[in-house]
Amino acid sequence: MKNKPSEINNQQSDLFRFTTAGSVDDGKSTLIGRLLYDSKSIFEDQYEAVKATSKKRGYGYLNLALFTDGLRAEREQGITIDVAYRYFATPKRKFIIADTPGHIQYTRNMVTGASTANAAIILIDARKGVVEQTRRHAYIASLLRIPHIIVCINKMDLVDFKEDVFKKIKKEYEDVASKMNIMALHFIPISALEGDNVVISSKKMKWFKGVTVLNLLETLSVPGVDSNDSARFPVQYVIRPMSNEHHDYRSYAGRIASGLLKKGDKVTVLPKGISSRIKSIEFAGNHRSEAFAPMSVAVSLQDDIDVSRGDMIVNSDNLPLVTHDIELMICWMDVKKLAANRKYMVRHTTNEVRCIVKEVNYKINMNTLDKMTDEKTIGLNDIACISIRTTMPLVIDRYYTNRITGSVILIDENSNTTVGAGMIINVE
Amino acid sequence: MNQHHLTHLKELESESIFVLREVAAQFEKPALLFSGGKDSIVCFHLARKAFAPAKIPFPLLHIDTGHNFEETIIYRDDLANKYGAQLIVASVQDSIDTGRVTEEKGFNASRNVLQTVTLLDTIENYKFDALIGGARRDEEKARAKERFFSHRDEFGQWDPKNQRPELWNLFNGRKNIGEHFRVFPISNWTEMDVWQYILQEQIEIPSLYFTHERECFIRDEVIYAHANVIPLKPNEKPEMMQVRFRTIGDISCTGAILSTAATVEEIVNEVAAMRVTERGGRIDDKRSEAAMEDRKKLGYF
Repeated sequence: MKNKPSEINNQQSDLFRFTTAGSVDDGKSTLIGRLLYDSKSIFEDQYEAVKATSKKRGYGYLNLALFTDGLRAEREQGITIDVAYRYFATPKRKFIIADTPGHIQYTRNMVTGASTANAAIILIDARKGVVEQTRRHAYIASLLRIPHIIVCINKMDLVDFKEDVFKKIKKEYEDVASKMNIMALHFIPISALEGDNVVISSKKMKWFKGVTVLNLLETLSVPGVDSNDSARFPVQYVIRPMSNEHHDYRSYAGRIASGLLKKGDKVTVLPKGISSRIKSIEFAGNHRSEAFAPMSVAVSLQDDIDVSRGDMIVNSDNLPLVTHDIELMICWMDVKKLAANRKYMVRHTTNEVRCIVKEVNYKINMNTLDKMTDEKTIGLNDIACISIRTTMPLVIDRYYTNRITGSVILIDENSNTTVGAGMIINVE
Repeated sequence: MNQHHLTHLKELESESIFVLREVAAQFEKPALLFSGGKDSIVCFHLARKAFAPAKIPFPLLHIDTGHNFEETIIYRDDLANKYGAQLIVASVQDSIDTGRVTEEKGFNASRNVLQTVTLLDTIENYKFDALIGGARRDEEKARAKERFFSHRDEFGQWDPKNQRPELWNLFNGRKNIGEHFRVFPISNWTEMDVWQYILQEQIEIPSLYFTHERECFIRDEVIYAHANVIPLKPNEKPEMMQVRFRTIGDISCTGAILSTAATVEEIVNEVAAMRVTERGGRIDDKRSEAAMEDRKKLGYF
């Protein structure tokens, strides 16, 4: 089976993360299996195992979905129940796939997969068109600011590869998307089962002039760092060797959330608001003149200021907001409901503070995407707009401008679990 | 591509360093699980970079089955000495001697499963609250579902159906007393990434990974090193072979591959052309279709 192209041994390729979403039986697992299989990323022993299982279960064909089956419960029920990560590479790129389930009760996993994705593949069954779950996924993708959305209209083989079916669904989807803030939208008619337009161009849909799914994934742009981006450096850990060799050494370790840091830059440490300049930037003990997102480095400042985990070092020319009062779009992930006056822990960059929910402003109706202002309790998989007040000020940007400094998670202090994913839309 | 873009290896490295620093910041008593295999070696290398010029702020923990290759043990001790790292060795033999576990019997007996008890006992004795491991999601289907920060209950068990959602780069390490976390900084690396990184960083690795002459025998299509911990069946005849190891675990459960790769470059090229998965030679995974999932639920690495 496997016969990898030798160019994969390429240390200069970049990393591209994408997620998949769709309703149950839309063929997500089959699509991923097809991508892996046709891009020759399946090993012989995996192939043999899937072949044997397909035969044992009496399938009439090689069930490509089995390549992504993980946990025992999934194999027993024949469904995907959690986010699974897959990896493959082509000569152009290394890919990380967050394979997320379509079941309504597991929508939280789609949000999880979407939070770090450069692109989302949304599957639609050509026989069914846009359904409730499609709207929900499109909305989540826009809410999470995924740079590219690839709508794959699947099972084209079951509608005789007809162009008008594709066009009708494309139109339906564009109508849904027009109500949302979607960054870039792409449409491809495919048959994951038969392989049309996944890796190889379809011979049965000559009317389609676009590229295949793999080709698109290989060529979509990854937003790089623009030197105009405002520099944000959340302090993660203070490095103090306390050895004779490095007697008074002190540096601030962290991963640059956005922008570029240069030696000598004028910076402000927030929330305290103290100014200084960057004395040095180090990586693995070596000095550098500059560093950019998403590099993990260690920074030291010219002035002796008290800086600790949870503080943020930022470019003095473009300051983030420092506030206790925040308005969030929240995706709720817990069976215990969210309501006004409940208290939670908020984790934001490297900071953890307590908060109280001041108000539930509205809930989103996932069918109409309308705001429901009279809905005040928020349950599992609901998306709502809430206002919170934190015990200590947070240093934030709006999610719209910064996915790292604009995002938070809420944690239940009793169960310690992550109960909500929040995107900062406003400050009060 | 503009200059402000990271290669995939640099981006993975940065992500892993971020995770390692989160561990040091969020936990009181972490330890780095060190097996002497390439993945834990890469984790150690990343940890050195993460905290430079300070020393790594946690000890290395090796669960020694007593069935390790001699080369692994020599490498482990040299590494700890060279970098002044604190090394804790917990022995499966001790768990057997004190009656905590019973040794498996038969030709395919292995101490692989027994390690879990030694590991959990050690976590309890030292009160470790986070164990950093070199597991990768591409290795195995149950591992594909792991989080970076993976919660373990007071019995050290993993509940794959009730995992905490993990969003952006916000890692939730909150827990009750007695519970702990397993943390996997190189979750997103593939076998190829690990080898390319070893090549790029010129990381020293145990000699077992390079081609050498060794007395081996074949059982169930797997090449085993001939050693007194694996009793031979009457029809099995050891012979000298030109081999290397693609993964390093216990002698009793690690298969060798025929190879002439003598340098890391040659290994990278060989891995690129591989037709069988890395764990294809791991006998511990072959016990059943869900062997890894079952072991992980009980507290395995």
